[in-house]
Amino acid sequence: MSAQTLYDKLWHDHVVHTEEDGSSLIYIDRQLIHEVTSPQAFESLRLQGRAPWRTDRNLAVADHNVPTTDRSVGIADPISRLQVETLDKNCTEFGITEFDMSDLRQGIVHVVGPEQGATLPGMTVVCGDSHTSTHGASAALAFGIGTSEVEHALATQCLIQKKSKNFLIKVDGQVGAGVTAKDIVLAIIGAIGTAGGNGYAIEFAGSAITSLSMEGRMTVCNMAIEAGARAGMIAVDDTTINYYRDRPYSPKGDDWYMAERVWQKLHSDDGAVFDKVVEVDATTIKPQVTWGTSPEMVVSIDAEVPNPVDEYDVVKQKSMQNALQYMGLKAGQAITDIQVDKVFIGSCTNSRIEDIRAAATMVEGKKVAKNIKLALIVPGSGLVKQQAEQEGLDKIFIAAGFEWREPGCSMCLAMNADKLEEGERCASTSNRNFEGRQGYGGRTHLVSPEMAAAAAIEGHFVDIRNWV
Amino acid sequence: MQAFTKITATVAPLDRANVDTDAIIPKQFLKSIRRAGFGPYLFDEWRYQDIGEPEMDCTNRPLKEDFVLNNSDYQSAKILLTRENFGCGSSREHAPWAIEDYGFRAIIAPSFADIFYNNCFKNGLLPIVLSAELVDDLFSEVAAGYELQIDLEAQTITTPDGKVIKFDVDESRKYRLFNGLDDIALTLKQSDKIKAYEAERAKRAPWLFVAQ
Repeated sequence: MSAQTLYDKLWHDHVVHTEEDGSSLIYIDRQLIHEVTSPQAFESLRLQGRAPWRTDRNLAVADHNVPTTDRSVGIADPISRLQVETLDKNCTEFGITEFDMSDLRQGIVHVVGPEQGATLPGMTVVCGDSHTSTHGASAALAFGIGTSEVEHALATQCLIQKKSKNFLIKVDGQVGAGVTAKDIVLAIIGAIGTAGGNGYAIEFAGSAITSLSMEGRMTVCNMAIEAGARAGMIAVDDTTINYYRDRPYSPKGDDWYMAERVWQKLHSDDGAVFDKVVEVDATTIKPQVTWGTSPEMVVSIDAEVPNPVDEYDVVKQKSMQNALQYMGLKAGQAITDIQVDKVFIGSCTNSRIEDIRAAATMVEGKKVAKNIKLALIVPGSGLVKQQAEQEGLDKIFIAAGFEWREPGCSMCLAMNADKLEEGERCASTSNRNFEGRQGYGGRTHLVSPEMAAAAAIEGHFVDIRNWV
Repeated sequence: MQAFTKITATVAPLDRANVDTDAIIPKQFLKSIRRAGFGPYLFDEWRYQDIGEPEMDCTNRPLKEDFVLNNSDYQSAKILLTRENFGCGSSREHAPWAIEDYGFRAIIAPSFADIFYNNCFKNGLLPIVLSAELVDDLFSEVAAGYELQIDLEAQTITTPDGKVIKFDVDESRKYRLFNGLDDIALTLKQSDKIKAYEAERAKRAPWLFVAQ
């Protein structure tokens, strides 16, 4: 067989049947379920009298609507509460394992999956959430789906898909101090645009990628969707294997040794052909800050807010003008002069233990600036929170003036009570700076955990490369 | 699912690129556990002056007059004309649900985000990709009363002056949309193939078939 890409291998490994026009029935190894995109799928199964094909390949957790404050009082918003209760009921009725709101393992679905070993190398992983691309960090084919497909995967353990094209993004060289996985992926999105990956599955490779921890790799793959690609992925290496050893849902005994051997092959072959290749020099990447209302509207910390008149494409120019108006920014303004009102460290992009540790290092012994109305740390799962507390990180944050919260999606999309008020500006470690994303009229700047932490201390963005 | 065969309808021009699913249907409406009723909240933040809340009665909400859907010329529009990367962002199927519930049957753009594009076909909505130049031409022609005819079987768009534009669509997607078929019922007809795959895969990856 000719040389294959990692994506080719994962695809061919899961094809049940292919039609003449190329549309294929693909087997799904793991479905993750949350409360927002599943109720209509379960309801439809009920109406059609259909049962799940394999209950044990599904794992559910409520994350979008859950409060990050005291859980013992329940959910105040009756509509949010009903949605979470509906998930509980559906999982009980259909026999699906759920980590409910009181479970220590509860958290953001894309943090919980890898943490439990519920999403593994070589799997196809789906979830009714676009950030399912996160799980590609373990060389899985992982992508977000709509509710009709949630139902389809539940009922048939398969999805009807068409193969994407292959896109290699090779990031070589060592990033400088203060430059993180988040900056790498934001710089990539800035370079290729939010539609750059449409129709492609992206493989991230190169020394700057392989030197990242699994947490960092998850941050990169998480935002593949922000570059337009449903799936992002990274080849298996020792970092991958070591991460999955002894996770609760990881293979056990002889299965582990067999899995390890199989997983070692999950990389693109020498000579594999990609439809598109982009090379990025990691040494040129600086800490990134988004200034607009699309993740591609991003610049380096030492830059200025760009001027729409410098853009020749009229559609883009208009988008830039809209963004500047919405964001309340002026062209030419230094990024470091932008004052923020709130700081959010969390989300499926940046709420893993490594992110929390990195932020803690920045704030230790310092105080949140007076102009900051709220600085939130929302760990990605109950286990991340527990780990951080064992390391004493919660105390560092609380002493600095941060709020230390319960796990969930929180202010990434503001479906719970954590949100921006109209006109408020936020340094956020999340993944989307769309209009209204963090609250009606809210203004989001996407940054790394380190950059968000430093902004909380100074009250405005700072270049952490020369910040002490 | 509602089948899509042929329509002749008014076109509403939404002249923005990268319209994301948060803009199409803001997150507060995603708390609903129902599939219907999202139409009144379509493009909520662009359409109304106040902040929308789930289950709100929209009949007397103050409108943003300059938004295209509030323009009397486009009230009966069933075709949405827009710019590249429409439907980017979240995978929420509430976005096509809202567009379909509002009354749209087709969307024309130079490109769509992959997940959104896929979701449209599950909901009787036809997303049509045309070149940026053709989309530009349509934007320059659209005016009050401007109608396009879309014929899925022939894969054509016909303009009021009789110009015919061909578009591409996958055969299997076209077949299912044209006939309004239930994907799950079709897939379940292949149960034997799925079981055969599982038996073969269990040899290669037994850990995926250990009861958990």
